Amino acid sequence: MNDPKIPVTEDELHAYVDNELPTERRGDVEAWLEAHPEDAERVRSWRAMAEELQARYGGIVNEPVPKRLELEQLARQPRRWIYGTVAASFLAFMAGGGAGWIAHGAAASPSMFQSFTGDALEAHRLYVVEVRHPVEVPGSEASHLQAWLTKRCGWDVRAPDLAATGLKLVGGRLLPGPTGPASFLMYESPSGERFTVYTAKAGTAETQMRYTAKDNEAALFWAEHGVGYVVSGGTDRDRLTQVARLVYDQTEKSGG
Amino acid sequence: MSAFRQSVEAMIPALRRYARALARDADIADDLVQDTLVRALRSERLFLGGDVRSWLYTILTNLNKNRRRSLARRPQFMPLLDNNPDASGTEAESRDIARALATLAEEQRAVLLLVMLEGLSYREVADIQGVPIGTVMSRLARARAHIKAALEGERPALRRVK
Repeated sequence: MNDPKIPVTEDELHAYVDNELPTERRGDVEAWLEAHPEDAERVRSWRAMAEELQARYGGIVNEPVPKRLELEQLARQPRRWIYGTVAASFLAFMAGGGAGWIAHGAAASPSMFQSFTGDALEAHRLYVVEVRHPVEVPGSEASHLQAWLTKRCGWDVRAPDLAATGLKLVGGRLLPGPTGPASFLMYESPSGERFTVYTAKAGTAETQMRYTAKDNEAALFWAEHGVGYVVSGGTDRDRLTQVARLVYDQTEKSGG
Repeated sequence: MSAFRQSVEAMIPALRRYARALARDADIADDLVQDTLVRALRSERLFLGGDVRSWLYTILTNLNKNRRRSLARRPQFMPLLDNNPDASGTEAESRDIARALATLAEEQRAVLLLVMLEGLSYREVADIQGVPIGTVMSRLARARAHIKAALEGERPALRRVK
């Protein structure tokens, strides 16, 4: 029996079945399987599983494609978001000081931060799942959107340009906020990943940046000059920070 | 037709297969494919080369995640009597692969299908889900163990709905 010197791991068994194992290790795994019948049985069951999946779903590729999935048909749909509409329009939301990224002053009370972020995350959850009606005003009408939200909210609402992170403006809507109206902007990447930027009057002038995550969503909150910002997205913290930073930088730039 | 559209079009049958296994219901599956294609066409100018196939799988996987997230927040209605067509059936049906798939956690189901049905590499699946390869491998291992148990007639553990 040519038992391999290095024991074969479970990961290697999977990699072996999925043809992900380096060729030089395949011989070791095959020898291992001969010596370990219970592992050999598992490998057999995984292969049987793959065959069962193919038997059940493999035939779908031979079905005729329904009319509604024809590209000609779908391409004719009038709705099209124009990339770059908001480019260079980033006067940002409001006049801000030259404060640093995290180095803000007084911290808000936790309850204000929690309820504020909670409202924003609730709105995020409610609307990011919408495929057909995620917003009231589409990003293609960015200037109308900004003028409308500015008028209703009472502070300068600008949709930041997030193209540097691969996101474009889907559009926005007006929402009830904790103490009055709130603006809500949605952004989307080519792969369908969505982020939202929520702003409303905050009960405090300035806060540090705070991070919160719940289930599959996470949010970054900060306040500046009495306006609170919540950037919500997935739980990838680096990605969220990257997006929030771009939003923050644009609010900061406008102040100079 | 542009080269981009041709490569998207060539993927439609495979996307339907993936969506059907992912969502179980044929109409929901084609809805997912349709939304995926609409997004792909809309972002045509944003697409800067690369692998159209992986990109389409990414869109579909994300759309399904969003869809399930919204479903999970709705109140769940359970049948009063256990006699709906889905729950009844012979012993053989209860060990059916589709039913076994339905009891998997969503990310595990996506990994299992992308690797075993669609033939994607671990690297590609890691990129699609935005996680390290190690996470893909542990999800795959858990999914296989779970399906194996379900097919062998053990009562599958209740799926945690988040």
